[in-house]
Amino acid sequence: MDGAHDMGGVAWSGPVRPEPNEPPFHAEWESRVFAITLAMATPGGWNIDMSRFARENRPPEDYLSKSYYEIWLAGLEQLMLERQLIAADEIAAGKSLHAAKPVARILTADNVEATLRRGGPTEREPARPALFAAGDRIRAKDIHPPTHTRLPHYVRGHIGRIERVLGCHVFPDSNAMGAGEDPQWLYTVTFEARELWPDATDPNLTVSVDAWEPYLERA
Amino acid sequence: MTSHDHPHDHDHSELSETDLRVRALESILTEKGYLDPAALDLLIETYETKVGPRNGARVVARAWTDPAYHARLLKDGTSAIAELGYAGRQGEHIQVVENTPSQHNMVVCTLCSCYPWPVLGLPPVWYKSAPYRSKVVKDPRGVLGDFGCELPETTNIRVWDSTAEIRYLVLPMRPAGTEGWSEERLAELVTRDSMIGTGFPKQPREIP
Repeated sequence: MDGAHDMGGVAWSGPVRPEPNEPPFHAEWESRVFAITLAMATPGGWNIDMSRFARENRPPEDYLSKSYYEIWLAGLEQLMLERQLIAADEIAAGKSLHAAKPVARILTADNVEATLRRGGPTEREPARPALFAAGDRIRAKDIHPPTHTRLPHYVRGHIGRIERVLGCHVFPDSNAMGAGEDPQWLYTVTFEARELWPDATDPNLTVSVDAWEPYLERA
Repeated sequence: MTSHDHPHDHDHSELSETDLRVRALESILTEKGYLDPAALDLLIETYETKVGPRNGARVVARAWTDPAYHARLLKDGTSAIAELGYAGRQGEHIQVVENTPSQHNMVVCTLCSCYPWPVLGLPPVWYKSAPYRSKVVKDPRGVLGDFGCELPETTNIRVWDSTAEIRYLVLPMRPAGTEGWSEERLAELVTRDSMIGTGFPKQPREIP
């Protein structure tokens, strides 16, 4: 979906502001939201693409007015509401009002280390050969799917080159919708700055994205 | 910082409201049997105390001192990093990109906040912020300026936008004047920002 999260190249006032000696969390609630979000994926059964979409699929004014972990909280509440793990009246009341929905398993403390260690590798056995090879000239399609996608707007319609073939990976556009992993070939695609930014002044800049095959066409 | 010297009282009261909301949510989910609070504590402790940029610094220092490791790291970052014990969530597929006198690498996730957790920990606020995500793909030299850094005009800049599940770690250049240094001492020179590409390693004179 086109949304405020897709920020590459957007005109934005103000500098980047590094914070010296920044702590991992700036308030206790941030650390709890972080941990609850990770832990609830076990009983909730959602994948990383679903959780990204839940955070991003919101009106720009909402996305831009929330802090990072406020967006995580909103995404978490939405994922749980969609699966009837919690009800809106419970969130409003701040207490449990209904019986719990049975879940297959939860993340227990003794499983944390192994779960983090395992992570979620996304590479899969390819079902067919890759369409493109390193050096191929391609165009990123000018597509605007209403659902989840990982093709940033600033490369759409632009010509680049395949730099590396990264293997076959879970396709977020499908996985986010619960439509299966539908693994697709993934490529590092490199663009010259002057192709992306007509007003660019730096001739020595190249930008790459990692793009799945359905995002690309031969040029 | 206490509430008395907090510069934004308005923000502060909002934080308190959110704090109450999150506490209520956690107790609802625990009561329903979905959460083990001890698991939450362990998750937080892991990313507050165990997983952070010191991990990445060890990887960099090893690459600076061991040519065979350096070669393995560039060829298969995930496996070489796992040799030092770092692996897993948000580091399932790691690509290491090396800075040279002619090329400087910078890493971003313009769409969200993708970042190589096992070697750098959780991303800082600026990395997730709109100014960084919007600007670095178009004006990386301006971003470097925001960090007080400058590169020669002739240096090529390569920005890696982490749009898939490949995570990028920058291998910065080893500072001059560190010949014969131990891996441990070299690791002290490696800053988090130098592994994102928004900074350089410390110079030998900057550490005790």
